[in-house]
Amino acid sequence: MKKLLALATGLTAAALVSAASVEKASAAGELTLCWAAWDPANALVELSKDFTAETGTTMKFEFVPWTSYADRFLNELNSGGKLCDLILGDSQWIGGSAENGYYVKLNDFFEKEGISMDDFLPATVLGYSEWPKGSPNYWALPAMGDVVGWTYRKDWFERPELQKEFKEKYGWDLGPPATYDQLMQIAEFFQGREIDGKTVYGASIYTERGSEGITMGVTNVLYDYGVEYQNPDKPYDMQGFVNSPGAVAGLELYKKLYQCCTPPGASNVYMGESIDAFKSGQVAMHMNFAFTWPGLYKDENVGGDKVGYFPNPAGPAGHFAQLGGQGISVLANTDNMDGALSYIKWFVGLDVQKKWMELGGFSCAIAVLESPEFQASSPYAKTFLDSMAIVKDFWAEPAYAELLQAMQKRVHDYVVADQGTAQEALDELVQDWTEVFESEGKL
Amino acid sequence: MTETSAKASIADRVAEATPPTVARRVRSLSDRAIAWLFISPTIALLLAINIFPLFWTIYLSFTSYKANRPNAPIVWLGTTHYENILSDPDIWHSMQVTAHFVFWTVAIETVLGFALAYLIDRRFRGHAFWTTVILIPMMLSPAVVGNFWKFIYQPQIGLFNYAITFFTGGDPAAFQMLGEVSLAPWAIVLVDVWMWTPYVMLICLAGLRSIPDYIYEAAEVDRASRWRQFWSITVPMALPFIMLAVLFRGIENFKMFDMVNLLTGGGPGSTTETASITLKREAFESWKTGYSSALAIILFVAVFGLANIYVKALNRVKQR
Repeated sequence: MKKLLALATGLTAAALVSAASVEKASAAGELTLCWAAWDPANALVELSKDFTAETGTTMKFEFVPWTSYADRFLNELNSGGKLCDLILGDSQWIGGSAENGYYVKLNDFFEKEGISMDDFLPATVLGYSEWPKGSPNYWALPAMGDVVGWTYRKDWFERPELQKEFKEKYGWDLGPPATYDQLMQIAEFFQGREIDGKTVYGASIYTERGSEGITMGVTNVLYDYGVEYQNPDKPYDMQGFVNSPGAVAGLELYKKLYQCCTPPGASNVYMGESIDAFKSGQVAMHMNFAFTWPGLYKDENVGGDKVGYFPNPAGPAGHFAQLGGQGISVLANTDNMDGALSYIKWFVGLDVQKKWMELGGFSCAIAVLESPEFQASSPYAKTFLDSMAIVKDFWAEPAYAELLQAMQKRVHDYVVADQGTAQEALDELVQDWTEVFESEGKL
Repeated sequence: MTETSAKASIADRVAEATPPTVARRVRSLSDRAIAWLFISPTIALLLAINIFPLFWTIYLSFTSYKANRPNAPIVWLGTTHYENILSDPDIWHSMQVTAHFVFWTVAIETVLGFALAYLIDRRFRGHAFWTTVILIPMMLSPAVVGNFWKFIYQPQIGLFNYAITFFTGGDPAAFQMLGEVSLAPWAIVLVDVWMWTPYVMLICLAGLRSIPDYIYEAAEVDRASRWRQFWSITVPMALPFIMLAVLFRGIENFKMFDMVNLLTGGGPGSTTETASITLKREAFESWKTGYSSALAIILFVAVFGLANIYVKALNRVKQR
């Protein structure tokens, strides 16, 4: 009888424990996080297992390839879909998502939880969180720092015979270029050269037409050559700023680089194609977002000691680089607001940020980035920090999609299709953008 | 048991199994009402997924609506979008690109498709095997075709450039089928011809096989030459089928999107930007919903109008 009672007590206790854990899980609920399908997303899946372990919240992920990332998620946001509770949306979406009420404004939450934006790199706060720009209105937590930079074939650059020939030809030591003139010379030097019995080419640059590729590439040169999106004293006044003589020279240089020094068939290149060109040993240098660097470093053929990193070179009007990356936002129509906010609170923790960096993400937290461990953690850490210090971003206006499409068309028509002049392309771009802002009632 | 008595017993059993109320209700409905009862689900579905969106699109085409601005007021713009579209040089450029694509693909596919059908119709040894082989491209998904032709056209590793330079000499990397303004429009034509010529061939083959042998036998008796038989019997009798193939391919290529998008994305520049790609960009990348609705209506009217004229011509040919 005693045995029977003990068994019954045990069963009841077990039932109660399992009921309690079911209750906890259902209280914690589940969260769906939306992002692009790329290496850092896999790192985030790994990282989020800790969140599940701590809170019991089930994490689901919706990752979409970059080429359809904007289409898919902007469609989701615009249609009021409830797929995502959390989203790592592109920096340019912030204006539209804030003004249309898609994202939750996080100021009160940050204040309540003691989260300070001073703890993050200023460029990432401006780029990923603030709308209107420069105002203390935060719609996202800086999550994944990214910037356009360059990698080069260190093993080729270090070959004595190539160094000697280069020095004789150009009068300076072959090494990572500091300016676009130097980059051009290096690209010319390698273009069509035989290395280890294989024809190689100067550089791989962004030329993609369909989404945002060529814009994310050409802006790196345009910023360095003095392009401003608008008159600093008169918002949306673009005449003479977007199509300034410096801007024309920058656009001409990008076209020259495309025509002279890229591999054959490089007319529609974005992140994937560019990294393929470098990994397959076709090019001496390659332009890409920094998120590709950890993967490249690990690559058996071109990684390790064979690859070097340098920030976007400087131009005559300054030294800038195109910002990439995303902040993490909470969707206003989520059914699990508490869970989504608790994820943000968890994600901001220093240990979590450190682990995020170790797993392959790029933290935006100053405490992580400025720690001696990070700086010594990889050969690209310093280049990443140097690059993040010089970032500029494309329009983040609610009408960014129209502005982007206009630029894609005008620049691709000129650079790749070889139609018209740089001046005409930029003049037409100013005209297109003016029409967009007029229809927005901002002009 | 005879067949008639078996049928009668089945009918009796069905009548017995049917509850009297249902039977009475059905009996009281007219034939017309029963017909409506059967087609009403289909009509409801058509109204929901075809007719309503069409009228909604027409309405949107007169407004300033943007799908990415759900909170913005919708302003009635009248025919502004239509005027802007019809006077926009970029739109006319994409129409020209579409016309070039449609004309050349349909022309080449028709000639090649008919020629292949004519050959296959000879019923030579192994013709069934070759018919299957020829049909393979049209069985593939356009997405797959777009992707692998991208590799075939790759100047450094692609087969196409090697094949061309094997015969002509020179450096395979010297030209880019997808990256050069002069070649890209022909690159997409070539892929479409490769993929869809078998489809035209199939329709033409059906036409050729529908021609009764006795007509050729009569022509033989009249000592008509092969050439004369071809022009006086084969072509006129297969013409309705050829015209049908032209209609199908014309409509399909007028709205071509997937394959071109995968191959060139409309580039280089806007060289291969067909009307459908422009429409997608305006609707789902720039989010100009009102404007893109107007463009969609213009394209719809153009295809619908041209197809109607063509179908009338086709009927006239059939009646001859």
